[in-house]
Amino acid sequence: MRNPIRSEADAFRFVLLTIGYFALVVIGSVINVWLGVVVFVVLTAGVLWWFVVRRREPDAPVRQAPAASPPEQYRVLVVANETVGGSQLLDTIRERIAGRSGARVLVVCPALNSPLRHWASDEDEAREKAEDRLEASLRAMQGAGIQASGEIGDGDPIQAIEDALRTFQPDELVVSTHPAGKSHWLERGVVEKARERFALPVAHVVVDRP
Amino acid sequence: MTAVAEEHHGPPPIHYSSRVSPSVLGMFLFIASEIMLFGSFFTVYFFDRVVNHGVDGHWPPEGFHRPAFVAGVNTLILVTSSFTMHWADSSIKKGNRAGLQAGLVLTVLLGLAFLLTQVVEYHRIGFNTGDTSFAATFFGLTGLHGAHVFVGLSILTIMTVRAFRGHFSPEHHHGVEIGGIYWHFVDVMWIVVYVSVYLL
Repeated sequence: MRNPIRSEADAFRFVLLTIGYFALVVIGSVINVWLGVVVFVVLTAGVLWWFVVRRREPDAPVRQAPAASPPEQYRVLVVANETVGGSQLLDTIRERIAGRSGARVLVVCPALNSPLRHWASDEDEAREKAEDRLEASLRAMQGAGIQASGEIGDGDPIQAIEDALRTFQPDELVVSTHPAGKSHWLERGVVEKARERFALPVAHVVVDRP
Repeated sequence: MTAVAEEHHGPPPIHYSSRVSPSVLGMFLFIASEIMLFGSFFTVYFFDRVVNHGVDGHWPPEGFHRPAFVAGVNTLILVTSSFTMHWADSSIKKGNRAGLQAGLVLTVLLGLAFLLTQVVEYHRIGFNTGDTSFAATFFGLTGLHGAHVFVGLSILTIMTVRAFRGHFSPEHHHGVEIGGIYWHFVDVMWIVVYVSVYLL
């Protein structure tokens, strides 16, 4: 959920819009009281419509091209949550790094949280759970012979990827989800959004059981 | 994002990349409570207006005059102060300390001018709080807003002193952001009060 007023500049813009809104209502009222009412209703409906449509149609994603990884090092960024320890995922990662010496794997576990808790900045529990899952995943990877490091990411998987790209320059992105019908991420189009937004190969791994 | 170190102990560090920071969120929650407070005053005002407007068809009641022109000038003063506030905030973001200081000083002066004009208006308006429910709601709404201007001025004064002491930088100017948001809120509320109480 995006708050439309996040800064002083946003608040200032809101002041200007308020002035315009009430100026039109007053001008309408001066001409005729009922015209003022009509202007008020039309403007209010317009504002509500804009707010609803704007929320449903987010800004077009800006395609991002992460910085290239070091030539001697192949890097894979894995974004997963419940499915991070799944055997299918481990096989996929192993395939990707097979024969590449010095390959690096970074696993990002988004700290999934409810919108209410997110807004209230109450994310300790979500992060603790994500951390538990991540540690278990790293152990599983170590057991499978994959050397990986891990991070806790933002609750929004796309934001978590974007954050990771700032510090880790991957050659490939692997997104692991549950199958369609069970996966919230697939329902929200996370894989499609990642392909739209990030200029690097995106592999989607469906894992039925962790 | 936070690297998970094997030796990490204690609660995980806070993550801020994609949401409102707690201090800004706190200001928004405070403003939400303020909107409810003003909402209750507006409810009383409009209830009184709807109920009493039907008695003799006049609003405000006979014998009462709303100084719309003086309040209009005051509105211009307060709106201008939002511009100077924004100038101050934009200046510090660009590293222009003189702009920050000048913007804040002007904002304080304009806020003071608004408050003093309101005091003079109260003095000359010709009715008092006990003269009918219109008078009570008029002073209630405008007085409530005036109290907020006073609080805003106090915040702005502290910000101004800090600006002259060398606080704030392009990277660290959260205090200016928070105070600016509050000041703009005070401005928006005045526009609503002015239109509702003085013009319509």
